[in-house]
Amino acid sequence: MAAESKIDPMHQFQIDALGGGVLDGTPFIFTNSALWMLIVFGAILLFMWGGMKRELIPGRWQAAAEMLTGFASGLAIGNIGPEGKKYVPWIFTVFTFILFSNFMGMMPFGVFEAAHPFTVTSQFSITGVLAIISFSIVLIVGFWKHGFKFFGLFVPHGTPLPLLPLIVPIEMISFLVRPFSLALRLFVAMIAGHILVDVFGYFIVNGINAGTPMGYFVATLSFVFIAGVNALELLVCAIQAYVFALLTSLYINDAVHLH
Amino acid sequence: MPQLNQLLLVYQSQWFWLALVLAAIYFGIGKGMVPKIEGVVEGRNAKIAADLAAAERARAGADEAEERARAADLAARAAAHEVTSVAKAKAAKDAELRLAKADAEVSAKLAAAEASLSAARKGAMANIEAVAAEAAQDIVAKVSGAKVTAAKAQSAVKAVFANA
Repeated sequence: MAAESKIDPMHQFQIDALGGGVLDGTPFIFTNSALWMLIVFGAILLFMWGGMKRELIPGRWQAAAEMLTGFASGLAIGNIGPEGKKYVPWIFTVFTFILFSNFMGMMPFGVFEAAHPFTVTSQFSITGVLAIISFSIVLIVGFWKHGFKFFGLFVPHGTPLPLLPLIVPIEMISFLVRPFSLALRLFVAMIAGHILVDVFGYFIVNGINAGTPMGYFVATLSFVFIAGVNALELLVCAIQAYVFALLTSLYINDAVHLH
Repeated sequence: MPQLNQLLLVYQSQWFWLALVLAAIYFGIGKGMVPKIEGVVEGRNAKIAADLAAAERARAGADEAEERARAADLAARAAAHEVTSVAKAKAAKDAELRLAKADAEVSAKLAAAEASLSAARKGAMANIEAVAAEAAQDIVAKVSGAKVTAAKAQSAVKAVFANA
């Protein structure tokens, strides 16, 4: 059966209804995507709960949880300033949700087919919502704090008057493109890495099934390569979560302080 | 690409579950647990800062106490030095005084002894003159048979003694 397997690296992004339901475009249908979101939430909850011992001298787990919260609040307060404390929950939410989703998608549970992990952040319907929420916070905070002066964001300091007709549209486009770049960056990084891992995984299986020396050679080469790609992917998982949280806090900083 | 092909079929479900999970993370963890953990961290940092400040204060106190002890030591040494030097000076004066007194006594005794010695010598001299005059009288009488008066013998002896 495996010998006839065709390379279909996109299959891992397929959303299926679980529990006997059918995908019918309604909100309450339970899917593998929803399941893995809940698993991600459970993992975050477990991790934080384990770090809630609140001891004066932290154990390893508590130190790890404190490091995570310290990282999120450091991002918010470091980039936004003291008023960034209000935005710590959201920065923390996007950072941990993306980080855990990315890592969860890399877990080798797939050796049991039923437990094949689903990478939530490889769906732009997910990353898009995250980006839109972040962008909405920027808009709401910006207009709330500065009113129409918020449009001053499109006029950098010291721009010569004659250049304004050129600069303002450019600034505006670069501002409006932010949610898309935010969503697509994460989505593309996840999907590309997973396709790469998947394709080389198929090379290993097919190479071994071919049974020829060339097949074994290709399988061995792919195995070595895939080990490296996996390590790189783990790095990308963390970096993408960091980048998303960092850019969110930078954009919020723009909204809070203008330029 | 399933993300595109399935979009219309799944987006409502995706958004529903995502909203649920994000809300749970935001309100349950981000607003519930994170501030508590942050509070623990802040409490620890405050405690560390307070402990460090207390240690710093204790050190300053110890330094001050040491300084005081050193000053007290110096003062005590100076006082002791003064006491010894006063005592030394007094002792030296006493000794001098006693020495002078003893000196005076000794010299008085010496003078008395000298006076008595010279008196004794004078007495002895007179006796010797008398004896020598008598002896000279006898010797002259025996040798020459001449009779010499006592006064003559005496003056002759006196002249000899004065020459001696």
